[in-house]
Amino acid sequence: MSDNSTFEIEINGVTLEAHPDEMVIQVADRNGINIPRFCYHEKLSIAANCRMCLVEVEKAPKPLPACATPVMEGMKVYTDSPLARGAQKGTMEFLLINHPLDCPICDQGGECELQDVAMGYGGDVSSYTEGKRVVMDKNLGPLIATEMTRCIHCTRCVRFGQEIAGLREMGAVGRGEHTLIGTYIEQAISSEMSGNIIDVCPVGALTAKPSRYSARAWELNQSNSVAAHDCVGSNINIHTFRDQVNRVVPLDNEHINECWLSDRDRFSYEGLMHQDRLGEPAVLDHGEWTRQDWQIALARTAEILQTAVAEHGEDQVGILVSPNATLEEMYLLFRIADHLGISNIDHRLRQTDFSDQDNAPVSPSLGVAIAELDEQNAVLMIGSNICKEQPIIAHRLRKASLNGASIMSLNMRDYDTHFEQDEKLLGCPSGVINHLAAVTRAVLELNNQQAPSDLSDILAHNEPGDEHKRIATKLMDAEQGSVILGVQAISHPHYSVLEVLATQLAETAGVTLGYLTDGANTAGACQAGILPHRKTAGEDRADPGMDAGQMLSGTLKAYVLFNLEPEYDCWNAEQTIKVLTAAEHVVCLTPYVTDTMRGYADVLLPVTPYTETSGTFVNIEGNWQSFQGAVSAHAESRPGWKVLRVLGNLLDLSACDYMSSEQVREELASHVIDVAAGKPPVDRVPVKLFDQPDAGLQRLTGISIYGVDNITRRADSLQKTPVAQDQMIRINSKLAGKMQLRDMDRVFVKQANNRIRMELVIDDGVPDQCVWIPGGTEHTAQLGDLFGDIELEAD
Amino acid sequence: MSSEQQKRFGNVLTAPVCAEIDKWVANYPPEQKQSAVMSALRIMQEENGGWLTNELMDAVAYYLDMPRIAVYEVATFYSMYEHQPVGQNKICICNSISCMLNGSGKLLDYLQENLGVSLGEVTKDGKFSIKEVECLGACVGAPAAMIGKQYYEHLTPEILDKILQDLD
Ligand code: SF4
Ligand code: FES
Ligand code: FES
Repeated sequence: MSDNSTFEIEINGVTLEAHPDEMVIQVADRNGINIPRFCYHEKLSIAANCRMCLVEVEKAPKPLPACATPVMEGMKVYTDSPLARGAQKGTMEFLLINHPLDCPICDQGGECELQDVAMGYGGDVSSYTEGKRVVMDKNLGPLIATEMTRCIHCTRCVRFGQEIAGLREMGAVGRGEHTLIGTYIEQAISSEMSGNIIDVCPVGALTAKPSRYSARAWELNQSNSVAAHDCVGSNINIHTFRDQVNRVVPLDNEHINECWLSDRDRFSYEGLMHQDRLGEPAVLDHGEWTRQDWQIALARTAEILQTAVAEHGEDQVGILVSPNATLEEMYLLFRIADHLGISNIDHRLRQTDFSDQDNAPVSPSLGVAIAELDEQNAVLMIGSNICKEQPIIAHRLRKASLNGASIMSLNMRDYDTHFEQDEKLLGCPSGVINHLAAVTRAVLELNNQQAPSDLSDILAHNEPGDEHKRIATKLMDAEQGSVILGVQAISHPHYSVLEVLATQLAETAGVTLGYLTDGANTAGACQAGILPHRKTAGEDRADPGMDAGQMLSGTLKAYVLFNLEPEYDCWNAEQTIKVLTAAEHVVCLTPYVTDTMRGYADVLLPVTPYTETSGTFVNIEGNWQSFQGAVSAHAESRPGWKVLRVLGNLLDLSACDYMSSEQVREELASHVIDVAAGKPPVDRVPVKLFDQPDAGLQRLTGISIYGVDNITRRADSLQKTPVAQDQMIRINSKLAGKMQLRDMDRVFVKQANNRIRMELVIDDGVPDQCVWIPGGTEHTAQLGDLFGDIELEAD
Repeated sequence: MSSEQQKRFGNVLTAPVCAEIDKWVANYPPEQKQSAVMSALRIMQEENGGWLTNELMDAVAYYLDMPRIAVYEVATFYSMYEHQPVGQNKICICNSISCMLNGSGKLLDYLQENLGVSLGEVTKDGKFSIKEVECLGACVGAPAAMIGKQYYEHLTPEILDKILQDLD
């Protein structure tokens, strides 16, 4: 609030404090005085078009809309006087003139603002006897169902698109009696936050397509939980019906997601009951899969682990853990591994360059609180398709940008954002490094500082251009600035170099260095000790084990996979499957099973997804957010922490008799006191020159927004959206010209030993000699490295 | 224009059309060039024989850097923009109070019968179409009509007939 002074106003005879720039409705809301409304929404601009909020104001000749009437000192407002009541009743009657009153067949019934307000403020009969308006619906895509005859033209959905999503797709077309809210042309709403218009719509005009007609609002139970698909940790409310997840809606948390939710977090639940769910433990016996009791399957698991360690040594066992596992699961996995002496344990599945891991923060963090992003003055994002990877963070950056911040990016593809980008640097994998070096040098020069000796070569090689200098200046001038390494930076083939340069850049420019990591619980994994070089709370391992890359480059005797599908979730799909198939034993603790998995596994243990277990995710601010299971475990599957506790007992792990996941968490918490304190820096990796253009074509990968994890990949409606359907590769027109390819041509993509057919789009946002490919999809589950050499062949 | 947009809108955003729109754009501060949307739509409509298509509206959105829906909103709000083909002579008969009291209804009946088309339709030869409009602001001369860009007042079916013959 710009002005901190306050004065007094009176509402319904009660004296209340008000700030000069407030509207009457805000003071009333803060004090629990109810004023009916439809168009007003706390997070949206004021439209004052529905007139439902009319109140009486002393000395005003007629009722005034509370949402658009600024407070004045000494003002006296009556929300309940005969005049106010009459005005509200009249408005309500007007609003219902064209409303179909079809509540019995409307999905909103029981949680409808129109219904509630009509009950509270409307009359019993309408004086209107003429025919009503009917509106033909347009299909808005697989996520949002429409019944526009019910629309009361409050324009909340329109304002949401314009102001919050930054993508104006809905509008009011026509005029007067013929005004319609819609898209005018038939098109799927494409914002990755589109589901929020379901929540803001006060009537049943916009409802959730996947869950509609499946349950009534009053039949649902709700549990608070935490979204499991990105590092933001949006707060959610899971609505369940007959012990099944029926839908997911946002839970207000001003510090994280406010009242919004990304479509991925909202609709991914559809994947939970997919037919691939593994119902009972199974063991491969002489080439045959047989279902087994938990006891037998766990005993077999323990035996595999013990024998592998005893016969081949601890370093012949590898443990790969999804960054979406809960903190409790991770900590127990760490304890079991530690007990068996195994240090080949990792969660960094889409990473390939681990050489600077000793300098990595103990727990990767955004560096500022999520809410503080709104107040940044300059942000440089490195390797991030922010709107698709962390939609809520993108929303925060959009707010910052609207506040006047400079948002800048350094990427391997020119990704669309729904906010202005002040500067965009684009490069192939080595180009990105050189750009970053140039910005770093520009900052050092502005500071009259010498290049540190280990960076002198690469900096000398990269003369800053005007664009680098502009970025440097903006970062230096920022009172609050951030350099953020995104998911694609972390997957970069020379991530260590990016990290060294970004660290230097942030330090010299005096801004924070932040990370936006893959998965929901990467920070938790680091704190729990799911790393080959560090134990719980970042304690160094005396004898570091193999990282995910090493574990999957040559075959070990035995592997344990926790909650992942390696062909989608690892750096090199093809190689991973080959290695796992060659391994003697693979134990999968997994909610889903596929034929691929049956092909390499020999024990399958059904563990539950996050909706069926209690647990904790640590978000990118370092916030430990715990949740309870919302529904019972499917069939014979069990929460991961319980399975691991029993496994721990079978392996004679001491003090492993936890009664609850809270106990597990408390124990870990007692070790993790202050991870933010960090570690003394060790010598950083030597940085070589990137002065040779790559010889052949280079693959670039952005993990598809709905391909990030096993649940999302099975969420049917999300998979039907245009963005999920877009499985095309992208090359720029220069390369297309050279290869004589046109838009929509089919080409063969060759990588590793595979050759698959894909369609192509010409996109000049892709750097020269590069082929951009969506990752986490069926096609790419057959290819090799996420970044690296690739070949294209015309069909 | 990027190559993709070039392909899409190149044939409607011709150099003369752009030049014409640019004149209107120049009337506003650069960051408010969308203020030229009404003129741009009018220019596009004239160029296309009196009516707009989705493609033309999209071209305007692209040219003025506006969300497409914002252009649709404007183009569907004002009754001067047409979304269906119209005749070479668009006959707009005022239906508002003064004209109604002075016999605009008769004019409409006469036209529909004489031209053999109903409201909103185009005669087979493509010459005429009829439309009802709100008050033309010519109440003193009621009943009034606008044909093309020309106002006609104190109309009777006979006078109208004469006018149509002259236009034919
Ligand atoms: S669809 Fe819903 S949110 Fe949108 S204008 Fe209509 S009533 Fe309001
Ligand atoms: S809520 Fe105030 S006018 Fe709609
Ligand atoms: S009423 Fe017809 S011109 Fe005004």
